[in-house]
Parts: sequence; structure tokens; C-alpha cells
Amino acid sequence: MSDHNYTPETKIGKWFNDRLPLLTLANHLTDYPTPKNLNYWWTFGGILTFCLITQIVTGLTLAMHYIAHADMAFESVEHIMRDVNYGWLIRYIHANGASMFFLAVYIHIFRSLFYGSYKSPREIIWIIGIIIYLLMMAAAFMGYVLPWGQMSFWGATVITNLFSAIPLVGEGIVTWLWGGYSVDNPTLTRFFTLHYLIPFLILGLVVLHIWALHVPGNNNPVGIDIKKPSKDTVPFHPYIVIKDGFALLMFMIVFAFFVFYTPNILGHADNYIEADPLVTPAHIVPEWYLLPFYAILRSVPDKLLGVVAMLSAILILAALPWLDTSKIRSAVFRPLYRQFYWILVADVLILGYVGAMPAEGLYLLIARVATAYYFLHFLVILPFLGFREKTIPLPLSITDPVLGGSPNFATAKNKEESVIK
Amino acid sequence: MAEKKTKRRDFLFTATYAVGAVGVGAVVWPMIDQMNPDASVKALASTEVDVSSMDPGKTITVLWRGKPVFIRRRTQEEIAEAKSVKMDELKDPEKDEERAKNPEWLVMLGVCTHLGCVPLDQKGDYNGWFCPCHGSHYDISGRIRKGPAPTNMEVPKYEFVNANTIKIG
Amino acid sequence: MKIFCKIFTAIIIVLISLSNSYAAEKVNYLKTNWSFKGLFGKFDRGALQRGYQVYTEVCSSCHSMKYLSYRNLSEQGGPEFTVAQAKVIAASFEVKDGPNADGEMFTRPGKLSDKFVMPYENIKAAQAANGGAYPPDMSVLVKARGGGVDYIYSLLQGYDDPPVGITLDEGVYYNKYMYGNKIKMASPLSDGLVEYSDGTIATVEQMSKDVTTFLMWAAEPHLEARHQMGFKAIVYLIILTILVYFSMKKIWSRIETEV
Repeated sequence: MSDHNYTPETKIGKWFNDRLPLLTLANHLTDYPTPKNLNYWWTFGGILTFCLITQIVTGLTLAMHYIAHADMAFESVEHIMRDVNYGWLIRYIHANGASMFFLAVYIHIFRSLFYGSYKSPREIIWIIGIIIYLLMMAAAFMGYVLPWGQMSFWGATVITNLFSAIPLVGEGIVTWLWGGYSVDNPTLTRFFTLHYLIPFLILGLVVLHIWALHVPGNNNPVGIDIKKPSKDTVPFHPYIVIKDGFALLMFMIVFAFFVFYTPNILGHADNYIEADPLVTPAHIVPEWYLLPFYAILRSVPDKLLGVVAMLSAILILAALPWLDTSKIRSAVFRPLYRQFYWILVADVLILGYVGAMPAEGLYLLIARVATAYYFLHFLVILPFLGFREKTIPLPLSITDPVLGGSPNFATAKNKEESVIK
Repeated sequence: MAEKKTKRRDFLFTATYAVGAVGVGAVVWPMIDQMNPDASVKALASTEVDVSSMDPGKTITVLWRGKPVFIRRRTQEEIAEAKSVKMDELKDPEKDEERAKNPEWLVMLGVCTHLGCVPLDQKGDYNGWFCPCHGSHYDISGRIRKGPAPTNMEVPKYEFVNANTIKIG
Repeated sequence: MKIFCKIFTAIIIVLISLSNSYAAEKVNYLKTNWSFKGLFGKFDRGALQRGYQVYTEVCSSCHSMKYLSYRNLSEQGGPEFTVAQAKVIAASFEVKDGPNADGEMFTRPGKLSDKFVMPYENIKAAQAANGGAYPPDMSVLVKARGGGVDYIYSLLQGYDDPPVGITLDEGVYYNKYMYGNKIKMASPLSDGLVEYSDGTIATVEQMSKDVTTFLMWAAEPHLEARHQMGFKAIVYLIILTILVYFSMKKIWSRIETEV
């Protein structure tokens, strides 16, 4: 941002801007040079911002009517659904919004994996993103507890019991988390408090995420460094704004379909039964967006190691910028990586599927193979590929033809290598 | 030709902005309306009060829609006093007959019209009610006589279901 | 645009497969035409009113509906009894109120703002009166069962003699659609059990359909408003998307010509 010289036109604007450079910031954001070849996979950053704002606004309004008490939570949710003006609409937006948020974040993460957006110099952006993702999971889990249905209660019981796997202090930590000897009213009230807090932490981290992004600028589908501003870039406003807006509207159509026509399909029927500490539902599964990790947890037959495996599956992502040794960012120019990328996508989908199935027989076997492959991908395949893979030459700039016998391919590759060095 | 093109583009952008603004409005409204009284609050029924045991000169306070309602069975002297007040002495002129259809019974919201405190019974310069918050004096008909309150205390909708029961609301 | 279509299809496929994997246990429920399904689905008022009758005369002796109020019966999108009818219905129930000025509880006729009167004071009393099984509250029952309306509709008609080899304890009945096939509720419906005032013949099938429709409304009282608003919202979004699409083309054409 330091390369930015901006002087407001009006006197008042200048006076204000000298004291608080908000106008400089606004100008930076509108003029921000963006690669002009960004495809629609890049619109999910904007979509995620929309999701976060939606969740915060609907969450605030729901909190005005919700009662965080074990005896009243379920009833207050029904009160919202029946009596509060547009309460049903706000709650369904909030509940389905969580799923939409995760859908978008998974696309965002896998876009990053495909185009190598986590590589130097964008490691910090990536790590902040992982922290946001962890916080999202915490917020989603605690939010799911609040209606105080059967799945809320037993989900809370199972997930908090994960901490009991820690040697020596585990039991103590679980009791501390519960504020009692089981999941009960103290657990509910603290989960509500934290569920309210976390989105604002996420919001702060999103600001850092974008700030860190604006230092090196966006990666792009070709994955080469570009000069900014240049004929390869366009100002963020109006070009990217309108494109993000178009994608966002398409996304909202899907979102609206869920909210208005199948609002409960992504939830679980048992959560419309009020929490009962005496009866566990026959088939207990987490929300769909946590299923892959749930499958990893169940695939390990040891309590402690299962928890460790599940946590490592997420934390390993933070080390990704260093596990991937390839200098080429975009999978477009990495034919082998591209294949492994799609295998990983399939692997995660399979994990999600078996996570929803009972942990027995063939499902358990598949879960174990898929779990092993997940770690194999990050710990063995990626580091190895970087050394052995024969990549396709990179173009000189994104305005040049990407593929096809262009004469300056050879120079392009040299240039790219010198850039990376 | 060039001019025509600009116009069409302007129209397209204007239309997009306009339609977008409508949508924003449509989304904002539910977020605002959710704070209005909900269906269960609106449906709250009227309150019925049994006044059979009340002697003249006694006031009871009942809760209706979360607010206090004063019900006073007035003595003959009080009725006479309330009726004798001249209209030009009043800040908010209102005849006692209009406020108490059955002169023996005064039913009104026990909420000071200044800033919403509950006035004290049998206090103040006019032998009626006195608001301790900012010093408004009301007479035995609940009319404002002195102090910052702008209007008389409000008379809610009520009726005598039978000789002993008042239904408020 | 091509890549966008791909993203869009990918999302749809993932979501559909997700929703399918959720309904892991597929059961062939009895099918009927529900008027409230589909983009413009609305409740059949007659069915709702008849369903309410079945609930009151049959189910309500054991099953509570604690989140509904009598006023709901006259609200838009529901059975739409007139306010006067709803008042009469409410007044036909004895509601416990109090404490009065003497500190005692008393009963009075119900009012529109009262919640549906519960058959038992609490869950323990309900269990004690029903051989240990709690008859679940019916307010959100349809949403609390995997199969939804089809499940309830089938269950009501799913009573049968147990197949050979299955022995049932005292007070346990065989039902084709119940999870585990054993249910503690005796078959609640029989032909002609209630007498419909609109002349509809009260077959078990008819009553099952009516009461299930009623339960669907009870669980989702704003369903009609939701469908109507949803249609408007999606049409609106499509119009705006088209406008934004052309605006986008227009704006991006500025640089396409430069390149």
C-alpha cells in the first residue's frame, strides 16, 4: 500500500484524509490492480465475505430472540420459527448459510490447491486462511449445539469428549469445558458466548487475510508473477466487482433454493427432538462439512491417535507451502500434479461419504485407505513431485497465448525461473 | 451513434442499480421487522380484574401489557373535585366525564407522560398523583396540572364485563 | 462462462449426492399426493381442518402439541378457521391459570392466546400412563422423523399382524414402517372413527392423510409464505443476475477492445 500516492480532490477530503487516510484506503481498494485473467474460481473470496456478513447479521438478529438456557433454548427456537416476524426466514438463512459458507470455503481452498496460491510469497495469507477455517469449524459446531436438539446435545458430548483423549489432563479439561459432569446448561451458555464471539475474530482475520493478499497481489490461473499495474491487470472496481457480483448472484440462487424449498435437507431430523441425556440417537453424524475429518477420526482404532490424526489432517495444511517443493504454482503447467490433485479431491469426497456411513465393514476399510492416502499426498507425493515432475513451459505474460507453438516459450520458462529465484 | 450507445449503457447500469437497490431494501426489511412485537406478544389477551373487594378511596395497580394500570374507586368528594376543575386551568383540557365514564371508577395507565416513570398515589399538590422522576403533578382525574409532562395520563380501552369485573384491553 | 457452468454443475452434483447420502436408509413409504409439495405448494384447507379434528379427537388424548396456540388455527396459511370458530374451539378447553389474588391456581375456558392444552402434566406423567413410552410431542414431529410426512402417513397405516417368528410383548404392536418394527402405540385409526362435518368419508387412509397434513402445517406453519416468497426471491435474483451479466459484458468490453 506504500506505493500508493493519492490526493483527494476536495479540500475537505484532503483535510480528512491527512488525519485519517480512509480515502486513500478506499482508493487503494477500488484501484487495486487485479490480474485480468482471473476465472470464476476466484470469485469465491467475495462470496465468502458475503457469507460471513450474512451469518453475522442473521446471527445478531437471532440472538435477540434466542434464549441460551437448557430448559428454554429449544422452545425459543420454535418461538423464532413460529412467532417472530420473519423469524423462520432469518433462522433458515442462518442454518443453511453455515452450509453455504463451508461449500464456498472448500471451493476457495481447493482453488488455492490447484493454482498453488499458497506458495511464496503468499504463505501468510494461506496460514491465516487455515486459522479462519479452524475458527469456522469451531463456530459451526457451537452454533449447532444452540438449538438444544438431540444432535446438538450428542454432538456436543462426542466432540468435547475428544479432549479426554489427552493423557493425564484430558478428563479435567473435559469437565472444565462442560462446567459440570456432563453437557448441560453451563456448557450451553458458554458455547453461546463463544459462538457469538468467534465470527468477529474471523472478521478481524479476514481483514488481515485481505491485507496480506494486497501486498504481493493476487495469484492467477497462469501462476506467474505479473507487473502491477500493467496491461495484464485491471482495476478492482468496476471489473472485478461486477464479475464477483455476477458470481455471487448465481451463488445466491442456489442459496435461496435451499432456504425456501429444502431448508432442512442439510440438517438432521433428530435435531428437531429436544435434547434428552438418557437417549442417544441411533445414527449420529456431524454436519456434512465435518464428515471427512470425522471419517479420519473413526478410521484410527486408538482414541488418542484418532484425535491426533484428525487434528493433523487440518494442521498439515498449514505446512503445505513448505511440503510442496515445486516452483511452479499453477497446476495448468504441472501435468502430474494435476492428476494427483484430482485424486485428492476424490479422496476427500470419499472420506466425506464414508464419514456419513456406519463405521463398520467395507466402509471402515475404505476410510482407512482414504485416510492413508490423504496423508500420503501431503507428506510424500507433494515433496517428491516438486523434484521429479517435468513441467510445461510457462508463458511470458498472461496476455500471451498460454498454449500452442508460441516462439517465446523457451524464454518464458527462463524468465519464470529467474523470477522465482 | 456514439451518443445513443452511451445512453443505452447508462440505462443498463441504472436498471441494474435500481433492481439491486430494491433487493437490498427487501432484505433489510425483515431484519428490521423482526424487532417489532411478535405474533405471541400481539395476541396477548386482555386482562380481567375483579374489583368487588375495593372500597371507595382505594387504588389498585394491575399489570397489563407489561405496564401498570391504576384502578381507583373514587370517593364522592374526589368526584366532585375532579368535576369542578375549569377547563382553562388545564394544560391538556379534558373533562372528567370523558376520562371516567362511570365517575366512581378511574382506570388509566399508570405511566407518566413525561418519560414513562410510574407516578406515586395520593401525592403532589393536587391530591392525585405525583411523578418522583421529574416532578409532574396530576389531579384526581389523572390530568397533568404542574410539571414537565405534556399530557394527561392515558385512559386505556376498558369495559365493565359485569358489576364486579373490569376488562382492560 | 464455460468454467462457470462447470462450477455450477459441480456444486449441484455434490449437493445432490450429499442429500442422497444423508437419506442412507431408504424405505419404500406409502405414496400419496401432498398438495404442499413443489414450488407453489399450498395446504389443503379442508384437509387441515379435518386433520385438526382427527388430532383433537384421537391423538390429543396422549400426544401434546405444546408449541401451538389456539390463535394459530385462525392464522393465514393454516387451517384458517374464522376467528370466531377459533375462539369457540379455544373456549372448549379448560386451561389452568393462576395464581389468582388468593394465591391459588384455577381453571378457566381457553383463550386464543393459550397454548394447546397438554394431555399430561409432564413427561414422567405421560410415561407412567403409557407403559413407560413417552408419546412424543407432535408440534415438530414431521421434521423430527427422517421420512417426514411419508413416514407418518405410512406408519398410521402400517399396522399388521407380526410375521412368523416375531413375538411381541404385551402392549407392543407390529408396524411395517416403524424403526425396528415394534411400536408401543396401538393402531390409532379405524374406519369411521371420527365423523367429518364436511361429509368426507373417514377412511383410515383419508384420516391418515388429513392428520399428516395437519402435522406438516403444525411443524412448518409458514410453509405457504415461504414458498411464495421463495418464488419471488428466485425470480428476482434471476432478473438481477441477467442485468448484472449484461452490465459485466459491457464493462469488460472496454478492455477486450484494448487487448
